[in-house]
Amino acid sequence: MKPLLEVSSLSKSFQVKGPLGTGRKQLLAVDQVSLHLHQGETLGLVGESGCGKSTTGKLILRLIEPDSGSIRFDGSELSGMSQRQLRPLRREMQMVFQDPFSSLNPRLKVGELIAEPLQIHRLAKGAQLRSETIRLLKTVGLGEEHLDRLPHEFSGGQRQRIGIARALAVKPKLIVADEPVSALDLSIQAQVINLMRDIQQEFELTYLFIAHDLAVVQHISNRVAVMYLGRIVELAATDTIYRAPRHPYTEALLNAVPVPKPGKTRRPPLAGEIPSPLEPPSGCHFHPRCPYAKQVCREQRPELVDIGSGHLSACHFHAEVGRFRRS
Amino acid sequence: MGRDIFSRNLFFKHLRSNRMAMAGAILVVIMFAMATLAPFAPHDPLLIDISQRLQSPSVNHFLGTDDLGRDVFARILYGARISLLVGFVAVGIATLIGICLGALAGYYGGWIDAVVMRFVDIMLCFPSFFLILAVIAFLEPSIWNIMIIIGLTGWMGVARLVRAEFLSLRERDFVLAARTIGASDRRIIFRHILPNAISPVLVSATLGVASAILVESALSFLGIGVQPPTPSWGNMLITGKQTLGTAWWLSAFPGMAILVTVLGYNLLGEGIRDALDPRLRNSR
Repeated sequence: MKPLLEVSSLSKSFQVKGPLGTGRKQLLAVDQVSLHLHQGETLGLVGESGCGKSTTGKLILRLIEPDSGSIRFDGSELSGMSQRQLRPLRREMQMVFQDPFSSLNPRLKVGELIAEPLQIHRLAKGAQLRSETIRLLKTVGLGEEHLDRLPHEFSGGQRQRIGIARALAVKPKLIVADEPVSALDLSIQAQVINLMRDIQQEFELTYLFIAHDLAVVQHISNRVAVMYLGRIVELAATDTIYRAPRHPYTEALLNAVPVPKPGKTRRPPLAGEIPSPLEPPSGCHFHPRCPYAKQVCREQRPELVDIGSGHLSACHFHAEVGRFRRS
Repeated sequence: MGRDIFSRNLFFKHLRSNRMAMAGAILVVIMFAMATLAPFAPHDPLLIDISQRLQSPSVNHFLGTDDLGRDVFARILYGARISLLVGFVAVGIATLIGICLGALAGYYGGWIDAVVMRFVDIMLCFPSFFLILAVIAFLEPSIWNIMIIIGLTGWMGVARLVRAEFLSLRERDFVLAARTIGASDRRIIFRHILPNAISPVLVSATLGVASAILVESALSFLGIGVQPPTPSWGNMLITGKQTLGTAWWLSAFPGMAILVTVLGYNLLGEGIRDALDPRLRNSR
């Protein structure tokens, strides 16, 4: 089966100016990222803040222009298209944003916000537009009485629901969810995740689910990709990656997940700070913090290779990983 | 977050609690009332009656009569129409140009921004009043020419404001969200960014009305603005100048009208600015 979305060698760097506009530096935010998504599946994309996961999501939707690489979506190549050519395709791929407080136009009523995609793509008008808008509101657990309210009258969770309704309006195939729950309270997170799962089944959606929280991703993903400083370091089926990680960074992340056991003291799972992406370490970006690191890690960048049954890892010593796993 | 949680009710509530702003609003309302009620004035503003010339204020002529015996009160009421017209049309032209150019520069950036903003810099180099004087000297001094010229020389501030708002708003998530649902540039500019960028423009437009009225008065005072016999506060001042020693009411009342009106717009504009700025909301 052909994947719905196929991304290969996607790269993006930003120019960063020093103080007083001198000393330009390159920040390689996304470095040769390749991944694919099949119809109906969810790929979780995890990593620390600043590792380039949101940028990857925005690159895929061409909200940011990639420097190089290809994005094939449903048979068409997006990377060379002009914004005008892209506009009809935008129906097929939508985004749910991280911050529900800034992703809704504060001057538009909820009804207008949700009706807008329908109007742009001429999917409904008049009375039908209204009934369709109400139907969408009900799908995400809101109601007709919310039509004439402004976004600031809603809580974070409700606003995120509005954002989801807006994304659903055009009946997309792919939704890039950029940390959709990380700005929400823990109790609300579960509700929104469940909603996203329900609508995934109902509308056969494909998700690229970006998060920095392993626990959240585990609940919703079929496969998980782990990013570190712009590179994907491991990609595997969800249960495989949680049971038997094959990259030291994934292992360290899993060790950091809190265990609900009172009185149990824990060592800090990772030594050192995340390195500056302006001057990433040589070879494998992770080597300064890696317990398995040897000389080769300093010198050679490990490629992301298949180490068996679709499990991808970018580590010179992937076979050894597991020694430091605590459960 | 500030202006995000924009609430019309909160805005008016704050505006109402600001006494100076309310005083300004009342003055502005009075001026509107004067302009609309002008036809009900007890005398014809153009009616010349030499036998009644230079009468001091009385029950018949509230504010006296001028050197041709015309009623000063009626002339001030009709003058309010001129001032109002000039103020609003000139500011309308300036705001329209400013919004369009500022939006273009702020939204597209790059060379468009560079060209527009250099043009703004060039326009700001000219002392605008002398530019207006020079242009009016070439053209026929009519009220329409004045409004257009004042408008064409007054848009730079608005353009800068709008550009600055666009620069910060275009990076916001809701603009990105509009793009993901397939909105065109035009839709993003007019439906998503502009309504969020309009508040500082409102303030600057209110203050702009005051300065447009001042410029019109000055031009009329110099004799190249509104032409007699059409009454304007500016040309009433100049007729009063010759008789300042004997008939003070001829210049005092139009002068006060200008002062009070400009003050009203300035107070109202500053009040709106304060009410829109959430940092100032709790400071009073």
